[in-house]
Amino acid sequence: MSILGTRVLRTEDPRFLTTGGVYTEDLTDEALDGACHVFFVRSPIAHARIGRVDLSAALAAPGVIAAFSGADLADLPAIEPMMAGMLNAKMTRRLLAIDKVRFVGDPVAVVVTEDPYQGEDAVELVDVDYDPLPAVVDFDDALSNETILFEDAGTNVVVEFGNAGSLKPELFDGCEVVVSHTFGNQRVAPAPMESRAAAAVWGEDGRLTTWIPNQGAQSARDDLAKMLDVEASQVRVITPDVGGAFGAKFGADPEHAVVAWVARQLGRPARWTETRFENLISMTHGRGQRHTIMIGGSRDGDVLGYRLEIIQDGGAYPRIGAVLPFLTIMMATGPYSIPNAEAIGTSVVTTTTPIGAYRGAGRPEATAALERALDLFAAEIGMDPADVRRRNLLPPFTEPHQTAFGALYDSGDYAAALDKALEAAGYADLRAEQASRRASGGTVQMGIGVSCYVEITGGGDESGAPQENATVEVHPDGTATILTGTSPHGQGHSTAWAMIASEELGIPVENFTVRWGDTDLIPVGGGTGGSRSLQQGGAAVQQASKELIELARERAAAALEASAADLQFDPGRSAFAVAGDPDASVRLADLAKDERLFVHSIFTAPGATFPFGTHVAVAEVDTETGKAVLRRVITVDDAGLVLNPLLAEGQRHGGIAQGAAQALLEEVVYDADGNPLTASFADYPIVSATELPSFELASMETPTSYNPLGVKGIGEAGTIGATPAVQSAIIDAVAHLGVRHVEMPTTPMRVWRALVEASAQGTDSESA
Amino acid sequence: MIPAPFDYVAAESAAHAIELLSQHGDDAKVLAGGHSLLPMMKLRLAAPEVLIDIARVADLAGISVDGDELVIGATTRHADLASSELVRADAPLLAHAASLVGDPQIRHRGTIGGSLAHADPAADLPMALVALGGSVELTSAGGTRLVAADDFFAGFFETALEPGELLTAVRVPRRPGVAWGYQKFVRRANDWAIVGAAAIDGRIALANMGSVPVRARAAEQALADGASAADAARLAADGTSPGEDIHADRAFRQHLARVLTRRALEHIS
Repeated sequence: MSILGTRVLRTEDPRFLTTGGVYTEDLTDEALDGACHVFFVRSPIAHARIGRVDLSAALAAPGVIAAFSGADLADLPAIEPMMAGMLNAKMTRRLLAIDKVRFVGDPVAVVVTEDPYQGEDAVELVDVDYDPLPAVVDFDDALSNETILFEDAGTNVVVEFGNAGSLKPELFDGCEVVVSHTFGNQRVAPAPMESRAAAAVWGEDGRLTTWIPNQGAQSARDDLAKMLDVEASQVRVITPDVGGAFGAKFGADPEHAVVAWVARQLGRPARWTETRFENLISMTHGRGQRHTIMIGGSRDGDVLGYRLEIIQDGGAYPRIGAVLPFLTIMMATGPYSIPNAEAIGTSVVTTTTPIGAYRGAGRPEATAALERALDLFAAEIGMDPADVRRRNLLPPFTEPHQTAFGALYDSGDYAAALDKALEAAGYADLRAEQASRRASGGTVQMGIGVSCYVEITGGGDESGAPQENATVEVHPDGTATILTGTSPHGQGHSTAWAMIASEELGIPVENFTVRWGDTDLIPVGGGTGGSRSLQQGGAAVQQASKELIELARERAAAALEASAADLQFDPGRSAFAVAGDPDASVRLADLAKDERLFVHSIFTAPGATFPFGTHVAVAEVDTETGKAVLRRVITVDDAGLVLNPLLAEGQRHGGIAQGAAQALLEEVVYDADGNPLTASFADYPIVSATELPSFELASMETPTSYNPLGVKGIGEAGTIGATPAVQSAIIDAVAHLGVRHVEMPTTPMRVWRALVEASAQGTDSESA
Repeated sequence: MIPAPFDYVAAESAAHAIELLSQHGDDAKVLAGGHSLLPMMKLRLAAPEVLIDIARVADLAGISVDGDELVIGATTRHADLASSELVRADAPLLAHAASLVGDPQIRHRGTIGGSLAHADPAADLPMALVALGGSVELTSAGGTRLVAADDFFAGFFETALEPGELLTAVRVPRRPGVAWGYQKFVRRANDWAIVGAAAIDGRIALANMGSVPVRARAAEQALADGASAADAARLAADGTSPGEDIHADRAFRQHLARVLTRRALEHIS
């Protein structure tokens, strides 16, 4: 029986649950003996010119070894935005700010101490003169260019994807109904349990070794080399255990480079672990889009036109966030067949924390905009939102489907996912219960939200087709090692990669060691992000394992003095045997005795895959207080074949929780002066178990032909599907009272205010 | 997230703690459960030079009966308050309030005296004490004085405690079998109240509707005059001037105060 598709328990867990992980701050590597500790001085002002930076008092404080300001690092090159060819290349950043600070949290200096406690005291003694400039927090303030963050750039616009002049006035010709709306997809904090950290030491050979929690050591190495102006071969990045990342630990940040620079400058190892306060103000945030939608169609429910205009907040320095409208536009029409559609986007800089990738990165925004638009359209024509969706979904397809926005959907049966989710939810019964509760007029009303999605996973990067490498080696003692270019931080690659190789090699899962995250050991790798790992990294492990069997077959033929063609590999015994003579056999492990037995292989996929599904959420809303409580979440997430249901469900659970959190609770808030108001967990309400129901997961597996495992990505489905489903459920609970929309997060105050306004409008129209 | 440097002294008795307090004056802060003080120190919103730890002072903990009142030692933990059969029988509102403070870890560390002396207007126990019409014993080298809950809370994180005074005990009237209502409005289970309302015996207290836990006096008067719960609750926000934050503006807080007061009163009737 195949191990694939079974619920193999995570081989990672015994260690995590007993001795615990070893995170960067926990490292006791002797190379780090005698390390100094780096503490950052961060701007308390959103936008200012930097005057004098006086380090003298800090230098005199107990335990202070050194202190540096931006001027000390001025020789290092300015950091251009990633994808500088696409983004405004004049919006550069220094490792420590020199002329200007551009957000609260922008690092301006460091204090280096013998122990970390002394650093936190000493940074308070660094005296920086700031000459404040107006903050730019609001989208419209950024677009107005009245205050410009980067004078050289002459504009706050980072990049435009299309422009308003290209929009077609005739897009909605022939529509009986046209609805438009502007709403936000708010900024949220990734808030991983482990904050950022680094440990760095330079060897006598002039090479840097640095430990960084990240999502791919290779891209972190390349970023560090660029920031430190050294060759990538001079940098070794090692990835310890990583306590969550959600997109925000991809590559390396300026702080990581500063720690390495300090270590080189002082000639001793240096360490840094940021505080939770620092994490919430200076690790990249996610989302931060504003959408203006227009949707039109017939009164019987055919959607004929859809327009999406996106403004993306890139934060103070353009990073991956500024590029995200590209993905939002690519996925603008989702799983629907909409004859006329157009989407444009503009990214701007603001005096706030830079925006990066966050679970879904661009696709949740596309789904949220479209699903909200469909609900507004359904409400306008008085049709059940599920019926409107079914009527407009693309028909099932097995050959790739090309969309108007350049996406090539690999396979899909969107209506089947919708029907399956509705059935699992008991949709008709839910609507009946809702009707009776509305009729009874009770204080607590119920709403149902439905969200259909298709998303893109495992896309290629600038360098071309999506690929990943793996090395599989069998040892003489019957154990095996897998080296992977992916970089798990909770996903369970040790378990999954072992399952895949075990299936081919007949070696038990527990005999595998899976290694990643050391650029000297694994110089090439794409890391883990964009839900790419299993479909490329896992496929590479499978390919390497199959190739290893063929390599071993030659050795077995020699050992058994038989023709390779006459040998059969029996995974049950992990041995080759001569056909018809089972006693003439040799174990795979034995073939590694005289010569190492390993294969390095690169898997290349034909393209990205497009998982899809439907989420249904049920919420109750207290119509007096506005408080929403999530009662049920039912999802169908079709990500192709499932390798290990336990791992896949874990990915779905986490994603749904974070999606529900965005709809219900979470938002990074700044005041008009650019001061962060959500810089601790007392004010930034990350979701907890008490706010979530048990999730109901229905299964659906439509294989893809893009990799031999038949798998697509599952890591981000939760935030993509759940966010709009939960938001819609809350709005639906009060829709009969005249509410059409509530911004995310759907706080009690927002729901209450929407009810008050709807009630006032109802009264107005009655009296009119 | 590391406090500024400070000295630490473990008090051996209440008298010793008071002696230390008078010795160090304003430079000292009393440490009990530490679940309000330590976060403030880590955020450097508080930077006392000396911490006087009273957590292990035996004569400051415990719950006893003194005539018509329960006497609760200042270092009694929320979890002990919530599970005390004595408190559940004679002051169930207080036991309920204690069961809602923070999360289980906080309830096993935080103390009633610490919560009251911290005087966060959004917290459970200050509102509960005002609703119950309780009082606190404040002890100094010069002796002990009794201050009514209504007079104890002086402002945002401010109380009637004088320098050199230690909150040593809490007194609440025993009211076995008297109906009560308690409403705490939160977004997440372990949050501070956006608004709270507690009602018993014609008294109504509100959390987070001003710089101190306040009485809804207009509503209380209406009740005394025979108004229905619904009619009285409409007056619950009269005279309040709540603060504004990312959760609620003034109008929403006042609306919540009316709704929660009505629900608390309806729970009684």
